[in-house]
Parts: sequence; C-alpha cells; structure tokens
Amino acid sequence: MIRLFLRDLALGVRAGGGFGLGLAFFLILVVLVPFGVGPEPQFLSRIAPGILWVGALLACLLSLDRIFQLDFEDGSLDLLAVAPVPLEGVTAAKALAHWVTTGLPLVLIAPLLGVLLNLPGPAYSYMILSLAIGTPALSFIGAFGAALTVGLKRGGLLLSLLVLPLYVPTLIFGAETVRRGAEGLPVGTPLAMLAGISLAVVALLPFAAAAALRINLR
Amino acid sequence: MLTVDALSCARGGLAVLHGVGFVLNPGEVLILRGPNGIGKTTLLRTVAGLQPPVAGRIDAPAEGLAYAAHADGLKAQMTVVENLEFWSAIFGGPPIDEALRAFDLVGLRSRLAQNLSAGQKRRLGLARLLVTGRPVWILDEPTVSLDRASVALFADAVRAHCAAGGSALIATHIDLGLQAEVLDLTPFRAEGAPGEASPRPRADAPTDPFDDEAFL
Repeated sequence: MIRLFLRDLALGVRAGGGFGLGLAFFLILVVLVPFGVGPEPQFLSRIAPGILWVGALLACLLSLDRIFQLDFEDGSLDLLAVAPVPLEGVTAAKALAHWVTTGLPLVLIAPLLGVLLNLPGPAYSYMILSLAIGTPALSFIGAFGAALTVGLKRGGLLLSLLVLPLYVPTLIFGAETVRRGAEGLPVGTPLAMLAGISLAVVALLPFAAAAALRINLR
Repeated sequence: MLTVDALSCARGGLAVLHGVGFVLNPGEVLILRGPNGIGKTTLLRTVAGLQPPVAGRIDAPAEGLAYAAHADGLKAQMTVVENLEFWSAIFGGPPIDEALRAFDLVGLRSRLAQNLSAGQKRRLGLARLLVTGRPVWILDEPTVSLDRASVALFADAVRAHCAAGGSALIATHIDLGLQAEVLDLTPFRAEGAPGEASPRPRADAPTDPFDDEAFL
C-alpha cells in the first residue's frame, strides 16, 4: 500500500505526470481575475476568499480522471484487483497520492497568490488552514467519481458533472471560513463543518470507490 | 489446485460459455483453445476473480493466482527494475534478479519502460509473474509480440514453474512446445452466444460501419 502510494507520487512528479497542471491552472486563474474584474483593492479583497477556493477546486478537478484511468488503460488496475492488497486500500492510497501531488501544492501556493488578490491580513492563516483541511475531501470525492467513470472513454465530462455537486459543501464551508477570518468573525462553525466533511469523506468514500471499481472491472 | 466446475460466464451481459469444467493439478499446464470471441478471456477473468461467474464453482487456493492479460501493467515513466520491484513489493514475492535473468532483461535493467520494444515489454510483463511468487498462473495470449527465442524463454519459465510444483492455465493459439493438456472451448459455447447464430462477415462482404464497435 505504501509502495503504491510512493509509486503514484513518483509517477505524479515525473514527466507527463500532471503534477504542474493544477498548479499552473490555479496560478493562471488567480493572475487573470484582477484583469477581468478590475484592480480595485477593496473589491478584490472581498472576493479573494471565494476566488481562491473556486480556483483550488477547479485545479483539483483537472487531474481527477488520471487517478484510475491510466492504471485502467495499462492493465495495472486489473493486476492490483487480484493482488493481495484490499481494493479499498488501493483507492485510499491513490486518492492520498493525488492529494499530495495536487492538493498540497495548492495549499502551499495559496498564500502567495492571496497577495495578488489583496487578501486581508488576518485571512492568510485561515486560507491555509481551510485549504489544508478541505482539499483532502476534494481528492477523495474525486477518486470516487473517477472510480465510477473509469471504464468510459473520455469520461472527464461525466466525471466533472458527477463530482461538482459533491464539491459544493466543501466549497461553501471552506470559503466561509476564510471570509469570516478576513472579517475577524469567529470561524469555529464553518471550520468544524469543513473538518467533519473531510473526515467523513476520507473514512467512507474509499469503500464506495472500491465497490465502483469492482463493478467497472467486470 | 484449481478446480472449475460447471462454470458459466458472461461478457457484457451476454452468456458466452456454459458448463465449463476442468481440474488443474500441481505441475500441470492446461491450454485453452477456441476461435476468437468464444470467451477465453472472459473465462480467464472469471477464474482470476475479476468478474463473478454466472453459475458454477471455482475452487482456487486463497491468494494463489497470478493473472497476466493483454496489457502488461507497466508504467512508461518507470524503469524495468522499478516496475518489477513495485509488483514484487505488492505481492510480497521473491527478489527480482531471478525474474530478470529468466526473461533476459538484465541488460535492460535501467531502461525506461517507454523505451522498450513491444516484445521487451511483453517479456517484462511475463517476468512479473515470477515475482508474484504465486503457484497458479493464468495467462491470456502470453506470446503476443514475442519472437521465437522469447517464446522459448517463456516456455522454459513455465516448465521451471511447473517443475517447482506450480501450474498454468494458458489461452493461446500457438504451439508452445509444452507438455500440456488442451481444452477446446468450442463445445461449451452458450446457447445464443454472440457469434453462434451469425458468423462474422467475410472481409469482402459489405459491413455495417457500426459493427466494429461491438468488438472494441
């Protein structure tokens, strides 16, 4: 299981692994927003939490179909399914590897990009905290969606449509945490909800993803 | 070691094989034969546990099967050694040196899998069987894209595996030069299976342009 996680990490950062894809998308989005909506600092700092969270979410979405599709195409998924590792563990390891190669870089670069959007000072710590808590949920929900659509050729569209509604609660509570943090309001409630969603998703969805994979491999 | 009894299996919701039964003892090789589309791959996937049987029974040792199909399960951006070591670690199998030697891959150790030829990839895919350390090999067309020398290497590997008490179930169209039982699947074709009522059109016959998609 650890080997699978390490292999996916290595594949993610090697050539053609899609490591930089989400990061570059996030960067481009955040750089372009001020050009689109105008450079007023007050306005930018009001929309900054939402833009950063939406950007992180879409960047995460970009690389979801790679989680299982590549392994499906080269036959590894069949072999993993008959290997002495539980498929639930396989899905969890692959979702975790997706988070480390996609979600974690977004968490780390978000404060830098916050400067571009004039994110208010007190909000920075909450930005990092909420993304760190929320992006694992994005990867695990995404892995479930990827498992559902794994056999389909160019299933990316269906995957996005399936996953987007499931992403909404994470987005709402994540952005709300940062917004409240920026205004100096207490953030306990949205942060607790966000953490609750993440924990539930990480605990339950590997099982759902494994069940979906078993059906799709038939 | 592996007992299959009155097995029926289906592909894409259509029954393809009905009432297949055989016993595979340690040290034995069983070759599956039959025309394209009869259900060799479906049968092997069912035996490997990748899809549930429609009816019948499969008695296999727990965690005793190693499966190799048309796709080799190789990662293009990883080297030969990295690919093999990964599968060895996943299966908790023996070290990879023996497997590298058996399939003449020693000189390609640090080559990326994407730079291998089709036959070399196949050899690497087959070497994976050795590092699983599992007694029953289930092989689907193992000799595709192998040259004559590599086929001989493969046959030697199967012989050595059987001499060590292992066994193999192989779907193939060519003669591997192995001492093996042969099971022809044609009599087990399920009633109404695709291909029975309507044989595939000849190459010169006008074909429905959408017909091909059924075989993808």
